[in-house]
Amino acid sequence: MSFLPLADVEVNAETQPFWDALKNNALLLPRCNSCTSVVWYPRAHCPVCFSTKLQWEEMSGRGTIYSYSIVTKGNGRWKDSGPYVVAYVELAEGPRILTNIVGVAPSDVYINMPVQAVFDSGDDDRVLLRYRPATTG
Amino acid sequence: MSIRGKAFIAGAYEHPLRTIPNKTVQQVHAEVAAGALADAGLSFSDVDAFFCAGDAPGFGALSMAEYLGLQLTHIDNTETGGSSYLLHVQHAAEAIAAGHCHVALITLAGLPRSSGAGIGGAGRFGSAPEVSFENFFGLSIVAGYAMAARRHMYEFGTTSAQLAEIKVAAASHAQHNPHAFLQNTVSIEEVLQSKMVADPLHMLDCCVVTDGGGALVVVSPEVARKLTRQSVPVLGTGFAVKHVNNGRIDLTHTGAVVSGPRAFAEAGLTPSDIRYASIYDSFTITVLTTLEDLGFCEKGKGGEFVSEGALQAPFGKLPFNTDGGGLCNNHPSNRGGITKVIEAVRQLRNEAHPAVQVPNCQFALAHGTGGNLATRMGSATLILGQEV
Repeated sequence: MSFLPLADVEVNAETQPFWDALKNNALLLPRCNSCTSVVWYPRAHCPVCFSTKLQWEEMSGRGTIYSYSIVTKGNGRWKDSGPYVVAYVELAEGPRILTNIVGVAPSDVYINMPVQAVFDSGDDDRVLLRYRPATTG
Repeated sequence: MSIRGKAFIAGAYEHPLRTIPNKTVQQVHAEVAAGALADAGLSFSDVDAFFCAGDAPGFGALSMAEYLGLQLTHIDNTETGGSSYLLHVQHAAEAIAAGHCHVALITLAGLPRSSGAGIGGAGRFGSAPEVSFENFFGLSIVAGYAMAARRHMYEFGTTSAQLAEIKVAAASHAQHNPHAFLQNTVSIEEVLQSKMVADPLHMLDCCVVTDGGGALVVVSPEVARKLTRQSVPVLGTGFAVKHVNNGRIDLTHTGAVVSGPRAFAEAGLTPSDIRYASIYDSFTITVLTTLEDLGFCEKGKGGEFVSEGALQAPFGKLPFNTDGGGLCNNHPSNRGGITKVIEAVRQLRNEAHPAVQVPNCQFALAHGTGGNLATRMGSATLILGQEV
């Protein structure tokens, strides 16, 4: 686990499989059967072609950093977490998603850095999808 | 149908204070409403349409209509964050053109400074479908704009010193505004040496947090003709929603790429016609990207464009935010939209501070960016003139 705060996310009927999969160290996203788009964030409707024929599919967990910021001082529960990295990671499958980069000094992070998924959990049920630098090979 | 000449801004008022203790939010709405109506030469009993956004307490315009004692035939609660009030001008003009109302009152007010609420948006996002996928990563508002700045730097070579030029220009204007929250001039070096909040944005790349508010009165041509005060015609309007787009977001542009051309087309004008621009300035990067998107320069060339005092009134290439903008003057309720329109009206009436009044200011543009550059936004562009 990282040392960044976890959260009580809002799980609903549309997103339950996503959150359940994270607990099993897997990243599942809906793929549209009609236009083949990977859908982000998870929902019961394809926002590209408006089909409701979606299927959950496991993603590779790989991606690259599209952009990031090193936050010196956060707000609320993140008040004492800085410096930490907020980033958009572009998944190998297409979507750019908001996350944190962990397991690396913030000053070593760069745009296009290859990263891989971290299923960041504490000693309770909570888990968030974060990213760390990809191991080579 | 074009909206050109169908409606006029007859009244504009900005609350003079930046810290307002011991008042309620609705009370400040009422104060700015009274100010704008007095500026127009109208009264509360003339108002038949009321517009407010997420900063208004309670059940939107219904609660406020009752609080203010208005008798209305038209209301609008459109909420797009800081751009709401520019969009309200568009909606008011449309409603007037359709004959639904004749005197539309638009208000904004908030007390984030004296209430201790600090930075943060008004409005209700708790159950939004995106919340669990965005809000748990320590994404401060500054960090979102910082990511947009970082990507702009990566793609186009934009520098922190170029972003600082925007703050320097705003501060050079704010020194002449006795109501501005920050009235000191700053240098590029001072911006770069200010505290890093969310890399690459420094404290002085960020707007101020202020109490306050503002109001506008938009009227029909028939009402405008009866008033002695100079009214400012609405010449062109444009609006666009830009969102994350199924995770395929591009952080280097805003919704202004759509709203800008629409507004120019409706006005029958081009960027080179604009003598003064109020550009939403939640952060320096907001201004730089918006200037590119509105067509004042090529995409990616914003850094060059803002250099060497281009934004400084009265003689820069494109004088902007001559009140000091959100960066120095006022960002009431964490929303700078209404003040953008108010300063554009001052310029067109030749009532800006003499040190920053743009000579022969025939056409002005006001642009609002509500939401977040890093996720979803409502972009609203208004083009206003001295006459139709």
